[in-house]
Amino acid sequence: MIIARGLTKTYGEFTAVDGIDFEVRKGEAFGLLGPNGAGKSTTMKMIASVSKRTGGELTILGLDPNKRGPEIRAHLGVVPQQDNLDRELKVHENLYVYGRFFGLGRKFLKAKVEELLEFAQLTEKRNAKAEELSGGMKRRLTIARGLVNEPEILMLDEPTTGLDPQARHILWDRLFRLKEQGVTLVITTHYMDEAEQLCDRLIVMDKGKIMAEGSPADLIKRYASKEVLEVRFGSSKNVEIAEQISHLGERLEVLPDRILVYSENGEADLQEILKLGLEPVTSLVRRSSLEDVFLRLTGRTLVE
Amino acid sequence: MSMIGLAADSAVLIAERRHNKLGRSVYSGRSRVALERNIMAFRSSNWIIVLSGFVEPIFYLLAFGFGIGKLIGGVTDGDGNPVSYAAFIAPALLATSAMNGAIYDSTWNVFFKMHFAKLYETMLATSLGPLDVAIGEIGWALLRGFVYALGFMAVMAPLGLIPSWWALLAIPGAVLIAFGFASFGMAITSYLKTFHQMNWINFFMLPMFLFSGTFYPLDIYPGWIQALIQAMPLWHAIELERAFMLGNLSWGLLGHVIYFLVMIVAGLFFTTRRLTALFMK
Amino acid sequence: MSSATPIEKSVHASEWQGSLKIVDVARARNLAWLHVAEARIRNMLKWWTSIAAFSLGNPVLYLFSVGIGIGALVDANGGSTQLGGVNYLTFLAPALLASAAIQSFQEEMSFPIMEGFEWDKSFFAMNSTPINGRDIVNGLVASSFFKTAITVGIYEAVLLGFGAIDLNVALPMFLSALFAGVAFGSVMMAVTSYIKNDDGFFAIIGRFVIAPMIMFSGTYYPLESMPFYLQWVGWISPLWHGTDLGRVISYGSPQQGWIVISHWIYLATWLVVGLTLAYRQVSKRLAA
Ligand SMILES: Nc1ncnc2c1ncn2[C@@H]1O[C@H](COP(=O)(O)OP(=O)(O)O)[C@@H](O)[C@H]1O
Ligand SMILES: [Mg+2]
Repeated sequence: MIIARGLTKTYGEFTAVDGIDFEVRKGEAFGLLGPNGAGKSTTMKMIASVSKRTGGELTILGLDPNKRGPEIRAHLGVVPQQDNLDRELKVHENLYVYGRFFGLGRKFLKAKVEELLEFAQLTEKRNAKAEELSGGMKRRLTIARGLVNEPEILMLDEPTTGLDPQARHILWDRLFRLKEQGVTLVITTHYMDEAEQLCDRLIVMDKGKIMAEGSPADLIKRYASKEVLEVRFGSSKNVEIAEQISHLGERLEVLPDRILVYSENGEADLQEILKLGLEPVTSLVRRSSLEDVFLRLTGRTLVE
Repeated sequence: MSMIGLAADSAVLIAERRHNKLGRSVYSGRSRVALERNIMAFRSSNWIIVLSGFVEPIFYLLAFGFGIGKLIGGVTDGDGNPVSYAAFIAPALLATSAMNGAIYDSTWNVFFKMHFAKLYETMLATSLGPLDVAIGEIGWALLRGFVYALGFMAVMAPLGLIPSWWALLAIPGAVLIAFGFASFGMAITSYLKTFHQMNWINFFMLPMFLFSGTFYPLDIYPGWIQALIQAMPLWHAIELERAFMLGNLSWGLLGHVIYFLVMIVAGLFFTTRRLTALFMK
Repeated sequence: MSSATPIEKSVHASEWQGSLKIVDVARARNLAWLHVAEARIRNMLKWWTSIAAFSLGNPVLYLFSVGIGIGALVDANGGSTQLGGVNYLTFLAPALLASAAIQSFQEEMSFPIMEGFEWDKSFFAMNSTPINGRDIVNGLVASSFFKTAITVGIYEAVLLGFGAIDLNVALPMFLSALFAGVAFGSVMMAVTSYIKNDDGFFAIIGRFVIAPMIMFSGTYYPLESMPFYLQWVGWISPLWHGTDLGRVISYGSPQQGWIVISHWIYLATWLVVGLTLAYRQVSKRLAA
């Protein structure tokens, strides 16, 4: 569906996307995981054929976005990072007008709008002005709007950033349904749980480059241990104590507020620490996640 | 529920139908849907405010035409015929109405849609092109200018300020004027980045309104100021409308028409170019 | 994952001494209005170039186009007999000065108040310090007065340059224009403080109140030359009272003593009523 080879975007001197390669296959949910400024949105905009690449190759559905922009855009549904609903229009008008932008007929849209309102659980809000909606509702409306042209690929840029946990789960549920119906999803996020939940395959990006590629489980297996022990000793002592316990686990990460011990058996390592007579303020043993993969690859956390 | 499985009149077919046509990357032939969006937004907006925009020139007409007119008596128009002061300034205020209506929409509203509502970004993420957006928006602004001009004329008639049938020509005249200002206004606005810069549009509009031969013939000025004023669009608009309203027709009026045609084309060209540069770079 | 560290918290708690030491409450209360005005003036200073440009540009433009341009037509056609014997520019100057003052107050008393209550909610922020509603009203009136004084001062300088007024009447004219401005401004403030969302309210006010007020208050032609049944517009308009006062001061326009006094009384009434309503509504809205 999408093939990128050496895809590059520079803004003046600054390289936002630095020669990345990836492929998105039909029907899969493909993720771009990375911290702010990694170049995710820039990549999305190039795929959406509204931003011209400065280097490399990019084809979407076999077409070159530089030459066939309008046709490609007709196949895509775009959910930008920032909701850009039409604040002057009502909820249902937002869907209708957007469909008209694609040249879709009034009769077709009338039915389509109802279907999408239902999908987005906004039927009751159909006559509200878009600006009166809550954050989660706005997001659902933006997604519904992106579906009005029955796109083959739906592009979602940080779909749940800024939403409360409940709104996130409603949204994830809607995205799952789309996936079941065969819509190809391209999703950017800086939440590892979201990537784990939604993506079949993902690339981890940082500073415009791809750091790793694979399925979530695959990446965790490759770059992290089974379990992680997190201990806190208070911000002033972490570094000092880390040296005393550096023999534990497979690897140690010292963050400003805590120490992470990567190991096969976190509980056992915690016992070791207590045996040394050290008393952490808090401790936690958990399964490792994409956050750890990212930390391993870049030495930084995803959400700072 | 059929989320995929393409409907007969799907967006893709529509986009592909155009794909061999000239200019397909900037124009999809669907500027009317941008207009449709504005009509929808208008319906749920405070439309009294939008429609009442032509009252200001009417106040000017009453206060200046009849109030100051009493102090002045009459003046002579461009062809040397005596006319009442109100009849002299009324066409100028008609041209100003058309300009105001067009400018309100094509400057402040466009600025808001571009930088805050992100409307054009949204539109250009669909298979619409920048020229569709430009024509749609300018068309809407033009419509507003036209409505203001009509409103103004409706007030002029009972005041006895429409002396002949030639005056009907002032209506297409107002459309041309509104089109020119809408097109040019949107082009300029698309290049501005802050509210602060937007204020300078007003700063330019006020003197243009006051000095374009609106309230008295230009000949009280020295030659170089006259030349400067004659380069301004409102002067051409006023001359055109005054000639129509007072029935002073001549081939020379074509010059004013051409001035506005150039303004329209240049405005469309630069707007399209700027939208492409901003949102499709 | 972000389990709090109680130890750190308690450390802070033991260091916390309260702000009583650095905030002198009595002092903060006394000068509160000044702090409000200062905040507002700082905000204005960000735009000082356009404020200066508009303050200077407006009088120059109107004086050239209306004062001199239309003035030439009026004077050539013997209009001055209807103007009490003075030329049009002299007749016009006091009116332009008073309307500049009123418009300056109008600007300051519209969006900045919406901003404080609704957009950036800075009034609520102020109100969470020792500043109260009354102080906010006083501070805004003071800052608007400051800005208007500058605008009117520039305007007068231009009028002097055009020979539209005499130097020896400059100070009393300055004061009477500002008085008309602040009278109007305090009522405008009271009105704005009731407005919950803009929704075109200011456009309507501008279009249907301010514009006709300026056009039909004897600004550009004597009020008496309007049909009698329309002259009430001038009588209720603070602009007409300010303008007429200015004309008496500037060129001794003949006017009966009691009318001159009633101008002052009328404007003072606007000021008192406006401030009273504004104090009440602003305090009420802050507490709501
Ligand atoms: N229009 C632009 N002009 C200049 N720099 C930009 C522009 N858009 C994005 N950037 C820069 O490119 C980098 C990547 O941005 P972006 O793709 O938005 O990152 P992400 O979406 O991963 O947070 C950032 O450093 C950003 O500042
Ligand atoms: Mg982004």
